Amino acid sequence: MTAGLNLFEQQARNRRLTMAWLALFILFFAWLGFGGDLALYLAAASRTEGQVAYRFPWIGVVVTTVAAIVAWVSWRKGPQQVLWSTGARELSTPQTFEEKQLVNVVEEMAIAAGLPRPKVYVVDDPDPNAFTTGRDAASSCIAVTTGLLAVVNREELQAVIAHEMGHVRNLDVRLMTLIAALVGVIVVLSNGMGRMLRGGGLLGGRGRKGGGGGLAVAALIVFVLWVITLILAPIISRIMAMAVSRDREYLADATGAELTRNPAALASALQKIETHEAPTTHIKEGAAHLCIADPLGRDVNLKEGRLADLLATHPPMAMRITRLKGMAFEQLKATGQLPAT
Amino acid sequence: MGSILFLVVILVVVALWVVSAYNGLIALKNQTVNAWKQIDVQLKRRHDLIPNLVNTVKGSMEFEKDTLQAVVDARSKAMAGGGGVKETAAAEGLLSGALGKLFVVMERYPDLKSSQNVRDLQEELSSTENKIAFARQLYNDVATGYNTRQQQFPTNLVAGLAKAEIAELWQIEDQAERAVPAVDLSLKKPQG
Repeated sequence: MTAGLNLFEQQARNRRLTMAWLALFILFFAWLGFGGDLALYLAAASRTEGQVAYRFPWIGVVVTTVAAIVAWVSWRKGPQQVLWSTGARELSTPQTFEEKQLVNVVEEMAIAAGLPRPKVYVVDDPDPNAFTTGRDAASSCIAVTTGLLAVVNREELQAVIAHEMGHVRNLDVRLMTLIAALVGVIVVLSNGMGRMLRGGGLLGGRGRKGGGGGLAVAALIVFVLWVITLILAPIISRIMAMAVSRDREYLADATGAELTRNPAALASALQKIETHEAPTTHIKEGAAHLCIADPLGRDVNLKEGRLADLLATHPPMAMRITRLKGMAFEQLKATGQLPAT
Repeated sequence: MGSILFLVVILVVVALWVVSAYNGLIALKNQTVNAWKQIDVQLKRRHDLIPNLVNTVKGSMEFEKDTLQAVVDARSKAMAGGGGVKETAAAEGLLSGALGKLFVVMERYPDLKSSQNVRDLQEELSSTENKIAFARQLYNDVATGYNTRQQQFPTNLVAGLAKAEIAELWQIEDQAERAVPAVDLSLKKPQG
């Protein structure tokens, strides 16, 4: 591990990475929207020998309008949708001892982070897991499964909630909701446009008058590239979203440790969560990247390497635990509490 | 003409900087005051909860009069208040110690531990203890930021204007509590 970077530098670095990813998403959008126009424009130009026949980029305009509307709706409704899809119930009046303790712990971590207290939700599922959603600190919601409440002790619960609070404080909740909206839009668009292509054929059947040489070839290349990205868009956008979410798990682990000053508790909580490796049946793929541990129990999340780097939503559990134990060790060393060797 | 324009530009830039530095200091000052109020809220809550606990356990803990009395005394001393951060910290530290001792002693009474009422009260109190600790942690972080800003050049030039004073930190006696975990977030893969 490389020492030297402090928490704030790391946060700044992660924010920069996020901005870069977001920019990439927007470029991707632009290509999806206006790439088709470019192909049509080049094709039209090649037919009419330089005279501009295709003036209005209607694909781009329609796509942008539809994308903006869909993105806005899922940005506003996303968090409720996620909670609804997992069957989470809000804990407004805690009844049992465990529920009271959960609300207390969330309050504690909200104080530690200096943020308003998020709403607390419980998912009735025997597999231990937790996730956070929302648009900002004020609207965020933390949900834990009943399985988590059953297996962890108070300290570990605190560590898990601190990790989730880390997502809130680092504004991961906002980014995740935004990305979920963007991925959703791309999936919708690529489905819709794919159907349009198969039905009408944007370029097909108009004959080859003029044969404008280079321009026609360029139009064909642009068009083929555009269709390929259209087909691959859902997969690519998911991979992009996953990469963003993976980096943020490490950051949330570290923020959690900073809030509780107790990295060892999070390490042991993660260990407990991992040993109960039954999939969390109530949490569907759509919410997987929000969870503290992959609810689907996929093997890719256990490995490091190129393929895992592309497909996993979470960094390997062993790596996270190792890093946290490293922090705990440094903490002991700093306070002179290490047993003499 | 050009030099006058130049001078005006410089003056405007300086004025803008003074305003933003001043406002930044005021914002930090209010954050510090607010963080302190957070501690205060939790301390009051603790003072309110203690009589409940003492009354509930009094009957079953006849033999531990001293431990109970220590809690009650520490509470009234802490509630008397007055004084600055240091005095409050000392009095509340004493109360924390007395409460901790009471919790340890309570472990020896199985019927107390199994009582739902006591369990709830104990959870409430230990949660409040945690909240105090976390509020204190936040206060110290915010106050340190405020102190650093008002001492740093060139913000220190407007510190007098904003009536900024060094905020006293809540000193912690317990060495174990002081340690902030060193964080390594590097996204590099550890090579061995």
